[in-house]
Amino acid sequence: MRHTRSQRGFSWRWFMYLLLVLGTLFFLLPVYLVLVTALKEPAAIMLDTTWQLPKVWNWGSFVQAWVSFLPKLKNSFVLTITASILSAMLGSLNGYVLSKWPFPGANVVFPLMLFGMFIPYQSVLIPLFSFIKSIGLYGTIWGLVVVHVVYGLPITTLIFRNYYVEVPDALVEATKIDGAGFFGIYRSVIFPLSMPGFVVVIIWQFTQIWNEFLFAVTLSKPDTQPITVALAQLSGGEAVKWNLPMAGALLAALPTLMVYIVFGRYFIRGLLAGSIKG
Amino acid sequence: MRWPRNKDQLWALLVILPSLALLAVFVYGFIGRSLYTSLTDWGKDPAQALSLKPIIKFIGLANYKELFTGLIDSRFRQDLVSTIFFTLFFISGCLALGLALAILLDRKPKGESLFRTVFLFPMSLSFVVTGTIWRWMLQPEGGVNRLPVLAGLPAGTFAWLTSREQIWRFEWNNLPFYTALVVGAVLAFVSVSSLRSRQPRRGWVAAACAAILFAWAFAVGRGWKPLPFPELHGFNLAFIGIIIASVWQMAGYTMALYLAGLRGIPEELREAARVDGASEAQLYRRVIFPLMAPITLSAMIILGHISLKIFDLIFAMAGVDNVSTDVPALLMFITAFRGNQFAKGAAIGILLLLLVAAVILPYLASQLRRQARR
Repeated sequence: MRHTRSQRGFSWRWFMYLLLVLGTLFFLLPVYLVLVTALKEPAAIMLDTTWQLPKVWNWGSFVQAWVSFLPKLKNSFVLTITASILSAMLGSLNGYVLSKWPFPGANVVFPLMLFGMFIPYQSVLIPLFSFIKSIGLYGTIWGLVVVHVVYGLPITTLIFRNYYVEVPDALVEATKIDGAGFFGIYRSVIFPLSMPGFVVVIIWQFTQIWNEFLFAVTLSKPDTQPITVALAQLSGGEAVKWNLPMAGALLAALPTLMVYIVFGRYFIRGLLAGSIKG
Repeated sequence: MRWPRNKDQLWALLVILPSLALLAVFVYGFIGRSLYTSLTDWGKDPAQALSLKPIIKFIGLANYKELFTGLIDSRFRQDLVSTIFFTLFFISGCLALGLALAILLDRKPKGESLFRTVFLFPMSLSFVVTGTIWRWMLQPEGGVNRLPVLAGLPAGTFAWLTSREQIWRFEWNNLPFYTALVVGAVLAFVSVSSLRSRQPRRGWVAAACAAILFAWAFAVGRGWKPLPFPELHGFNLAFIGIIIASVWQMAGYTMALYLAGLRGIPEELREAARVDGASEAQLYRRVIFPLMAPITLSAMIILGHISLKIFDLIFAMAGVDNVSTDVPALLMFITAFRGNQFAKGAAIGILLLLLVAAVILPYLASQLRRQARR
């Protein structure tokens, strides 16, 4: 009995690896196509030879994409880093309040906050546009920073709250007896424990804001465009030569891809935190 | 219990207050503002749309009525149908592929972490990047259509993103009738299962609602024609490409969810089932899949709200003017920010919000209830 199972297990194992390889092909074929297309000379990009390796390796598309995308990459970096850090800091303070200093009505306010991260932003886009315009931030990076910080508050607060709930109340009480107040406890107990939380939240916000498109396309002008808008415009034009959009796509993907590869574990934790609560 | 009892509690409130105020304005204030805008005629008259002080009239629900029954808004109705079809296929694709990959990885193959990294990496990309890549993959004469050639077969000819073909067509006018039937059937099912599990009150309420719906459907719904003319809608085949690309991007997410769940099943439980003589297939069907049910439910809801909001992927893959791959989220953007029809755009935005809220509110409520119980 045991014998037959292990023998069947053997062929099953091969089948399993076959499926895994098929899965890998499905996920990596597009990457292959991006690379070979970006490395071909524009004249050598033909629809019927899409899958062939380039005959002449041409790195020029990357140079060209780099030069034309550099200002947009800068916009994206300024926007993403500022907004990620600000929303993480606010989220940390909010999470601290909600987990250790709940005020009356907090259990009503918290779900109301959370709802903000699920709404389709189309339902606030018109008033948001008018508001950002009226305070003079339309077409600036700072307008986008404000928007991303505010709409990032629910998720950052949620992650920090769930993180701080695990910090034992006894620790907080002990510090309180030592005479520490609201800020003292945060400085001496909560904040020093927060590093992993900050890593998760900042990585999450970095990826989200870097990749965001709807706010970016609605609220930016050509010289303040983040990279996603520039890429969509580049590939959206008719009769494009595909080497440039492909090289551009790679540039646009690289920062978040690096974050994912280096901090994969924290990235996944943010991913799961956004869906499984409680 | 008096509050605040001390200075620290006051500080706590002061610290969180700015965030609460910001969210109150940016979420609820702006939704309210959108709702109001959707009840006006802002943008109906192009001359007024862009003036600094536009003259705006309150016109009640006219915009909504037009979207559902107006002659020129058949595009919105097709978009609504499209987004439902897209959501169904996107969710089932992600669940099936994600579960399959998770089960494979759970068998602990060699190089497991490498495979996991590969399956999950598209999650770190922007939908715009994915869209750009797949736009190139799905060129009618290249990319995927050339793949069969590598195996010596004739090239594919499907016009992935521009196909005008439509299947599963139905008459819009019959929709109220069939919706009532489907919802009624669901309620009837709920009623039967509640009565069986001895929750009589819930069972009878559901039964009564079902009866009312059925009665309405046959008495009024069947004869009710919201449109004065027949209008066919269906599933646009151009969406197949969008579905593939979106599953490519999000399947890793369901995989991660399922994998976390599978890892949480204690080995003793599997061993116990095996000792009881369960085959591997039975082990999965009888023990593991039932344990995965709550994960499936949350994945469905998270994916569902993503797919109802899908915007950037289609924008980058097919452009905003490709009618056969249009969805309400895109139409809202075009209507408001290209066509300057702000009121109608706001109405589409509000309808989108209602759709998403219908998916997310029950979930949020149940999650929080579970949290409160802990």
